[in-house]
Amino acid sequence: MSDIKKFMFVNRKAPYGTIYALESLEVVLITAAFDQDVSLAFLDDGIYQLRKGQQTKGIETKNFSPTYRALDGYDIEKLYVEKESLEARGLSEDDLLVDVIVLPRAEMGELMDQQDVVLSF
Amino acid sequence: MKFGIVINEGPYQHQASDSAYLFCKAALEKGHEIFRVFFYHDGVNNASRLTEPPQDDRNIVARWSKLAEEHKVDLVVCVAAALRRGIKDENLAPGFRISGLGQLVEAGIQADRLVTFGD
Amino acid sequence: MLHIVNKSPLTNGAFDSCLRVATGGDILLIEDAVYAATSGSAMEDKMREAMKRFTVHVLQPDLEARGMADRLLDGVSSVDYGGFVELVAQSKNCQSWL
Repeated sequence: MSDIKKFMFVNRKAPYGTIYALESLEVVLITAAFDQDVSLAFLDDGIYQLRKGQQTKGIETKNFSPTYRALDGYDIEKLYVEKESLEARGLSEDDLLVDVIVLPRAEMGELMDQQDVVLSF
Repeated sequence: MKFGIVINEGPYQHQASDSAYLFCKAALEKGHEIFRVFFYHDGVNNASRLTEPPQDDRNIVARWSKLAEEHKVDLVVCVAAALRRGIKDENLAPGFRISGLGQLVEAGIQADRLVTFGD
Repeated sequence: MLHIVNKSPLTNGAFDSCLRVATGGDILLIEDAVYAATSGSAMEDKMREAMKRFTVHVLQPDLEARGMADRLLDGVSSVDYGGFVELVAQSKNCQSWL
């Protein structure tokens, strides 16, 4: 068996309301250090994690959204966004703070099928 | 088969820890191996030895400790998540150990299947 | 792929998201998701549609705990925790729709 596995992190929750998005991102960064095949999927409210212009000063919480832009430096380049979830929120790629690959739901589902490890928090 | 388990919620508040425990017990009874149970997010609260449930309720923390003792199951608590929530070596229940997130990634690599229990 | 769902479909979108995105395979309903496998709810028609694309299983102890064992939809297979383990083992991979 190959030592490189396909890891997908499925993000379906909005940032700040709960800690899941932030702590998920912490796992992603660690996984990068293990030289695995890492991809991130954003569905449902998880898409809001990537929204441009987050200003968290007023809620006295750290704005962790710039970290998504830093993923590139960890060789994590596969960020997938489900088209239907994006449209359902009235957002387009231009509203997101990082380059993503937009996939229709069926293609997103096929991509999930191909993974060895799917983590969602 | 080797299973890795991730638990994202604390005891009593959510059924996740109960479901994960019953899954582990069934897997061990069938002769499978539990490679590691990784406690993340509020799941780190499953490791607090200060927990005192009422007498007529299950003792979730002690149940995990017993599983670790009897079946040599590796119970790992994420250090970053634990420190955020006040879980430290001094209040850690028997059988648990605190370590880094790398232990979760390693479980994903080494185990045949990784199953997540959360909210 | 085995899709594990643990939320009631009547109050949470996780099950709908699973049905929207997943290509097929097995669905296991645990915890509060067992209500999705019961008859007479507003979900029943959607569930019957889903059963054309997926093999649906329910965790029997969770169904019994909620007093819904007598409402299990025809065609949904019920498993105990041992069956849950075997479903995970037999599937190539799994994901929890949290």
